[in-house]
Amino acid sequence: MSLAELICPAGTPAALRTAVDAGADAVYCGFQDATNARNFPGLNFTPDELAASVAYAHERGTKVLLALNTYPPAGKVDLWRQAAETGALLGVDAFIVADMGVADYIARTYPEIRLHLSVQAAASSPEAIRYYCENFGVKRVVLPRILTIPEIRQIRKEIPCEIETFIFGNHGLMVEGRCSLTNYLTGQSTNMDGVCSPASDVDYVREPDGSMSSQLAGFTIDRFGPDEKAGYPTICKGRYTAPHRPEGYYAFEEPVSLNLSRLLPELIDAGVHAFKIEGRQRSKSYVRGVVSAFRAAVDDIRAGREANMADLVALTEGQKQTQGAFQTKKWR
Amino acid sequence: MTKLTLGPIAYHWPADKRRDFYARIADEAAVDEVYLGEVICSKRAPFHEADLPTIIDRLERAGKRVILSTLAEVMLKRERKATGDLAEMDTPEIEINNAAGLFVRGKRPHRIGPFMNAYNEATIAWMVRQGATHVCLPSEMPASAIAVAAGAAHKLGLGVEVQVFGRASLAVSARCYHARAHGRTKDNCQFICEADLDGMPLRTRDDKPILRVNGIQTLSESYIDLLPEIARLVADGVSHLRLMPQTVDMVAVAKVFRDALDARVPLAEAEARLATLCGEVGLSNGFYHGEAGYRRIAMAATA
Repeated sequence: MSLAELICPAGTPAALRTAVDAGADAVYCGFQDATNARNFPGLNFTPDELAASVAYAHERGTKVLLALNTYPPAGKVDLWRQAAETGALLGVDAFIVADMGVADYIARTYPEIRLHLSVQAAASSPEAIRYYCENFGVKRVVLPRILTIPEIRQIRKEIPCEIETFIFGNHGLMVEGRCSLTNYLTGQSTNMDGVCSPASDVDYVREPDGSMSSQLAGFTIDRFGPDEKAGYPTICKGRYTAPHRPEGYYAFEEPVSLNLSRLLPELIDAGVHAFKIEGRQRSKSYVRGVVSAFRAAVDDIRAGREANMADLVALTEGQKQTQGAFQTKKWR
Repeated sequence: MTKLTLGPIAYHWPADKRRDFYARIADEAAVDEVYLGEVICSKRAPFHEADLPTIIDRLERAGKRVILSTLAEVMLKRERKATGDLAEMDTPEIEINNAAGLFVRGKRPHRIGPFMNAYNEATIAWMVRQGATHVCLPSEMPASAIAVAAGAAHKLGLGVEVQVFGRASLAVSARCYHARAHGRTKDNCQFICEADLDGMPLRTRDDKPILRVNGIQTLSESYIDLLPEIARLVADGVSHLRLMPQTVDMVAVAKVFRDALDARVPLAEAEARLATLCGEVGLSNGFYHGEAGYRRIAMAATA
């Protein structure tokens, strides 16, 4: 049986302590700048905060993984190198990277620190994963949320590194690291700036007929009836019209959350080493609830007991959940 | 001498339309290099790959250099095989769009496609050490980054390419949005994407055009148009300018860019010709100017 490590989100020092206390095997976090893919106001760590957080985590046996998983635009590479230097100095246990230039630099400069390949690198085949393992010594790949469990099992047989998969939280459906939707509407880039559908560009507009429009940078991403709850205008979760769909429909995906709690035993059996919970932007109470529930579930499964995951549905987006691509090819 | 290139057709054009298209490109288009191959959906390839040898021969006899492009997303067995087969070919003219292709290619010469995320000088330097001879930069890169990346690549002896015309690729997924729009899945899509030769338009519910769907790919509604920026691109060291095939008259589009590149017509006239060719489709250059990609930024008035 694989270790089935629980990898938990830490958007702030308080969330990090919460995740550690709730039983995370490792937490992942980033600095307050473009070097990570959750570069949102009010989130992330100063170097001093990270120093204290690493100490807190390590005293309790929890690892700290530093996300440097965006793509430096030419001329700004130094910011990523400095972030790596700071992370190395503070004793993080691994860097999560996507850019080949960043991976090459860290592999040469800090060969003693583990490299994990971010989902932002979109490595979805054994050949792609082996490219990063053989060239940069990557020890673990975070798989894109587009593979079925049989496909993951097959990949595991053909690669020399560990596998981490998302099990809960946002259900990203565009191939990460290949998405410029936000930049097209807002001028801020997911890859270069770490920004996705930023709150600073969001407006909710009440229409004369009582309906509510959710807008991003002035574009109406969705429209809701007077009794409907208005959702956040994430571009790939909006409703649009097509020539034969004049009524408006979820062209890409409904606003649902990924929840693989029922698939945990199968994922462990397929050779997944680590489970990732998404949500660095979430509250402490959310982190506490989700991490505790998954800690209990993983421990139950490893002890051969039946796991109880009923409470997690209440924490999913709009109370709607999906197993996405993991369970069936029909999702595609 | 700056070269004009024609990128691979992103859409599912019927085989006869493709044959006619490339025959015209061979005979009439002022492009130097042509990228061929299925980059978006592996299911479509069987419809047109049998024609490839004839098309390659026709283009090469017309004096065009032909480069074969690999898939952007590699996941299924047939995708791994298709990518591996291309990367194994004993020719320098392969454009690789996925790390799986880089793995198979090893250190043999190859080009880096726009899906490879070569955003900076460190990544480009790495890629050169692995055998890359040419790099196409991501279409969302702003001018400041293009200048630094192109300068670095130029010094390393690499060809540097930037898309100057056509819809920008904004996202790819494992899910087919064409199939989804018709209540199907990718596995039983029945090739419905063939119905939308320039992508399926999505509009906001207040009826503004916003995006185009092309199978698993999402594209910009507007066509990128960097005609006004050509002089600066060339000065910054960009050696190849890429036109992406759309349903407009691409021979005429190529002529507009060729004339502008050779300074045969004033920019205003070139712009007017391009706007006429593109009809109601909006033109945009926001990415280049570090603004929202859909925007059209007017050139600052300079003396």
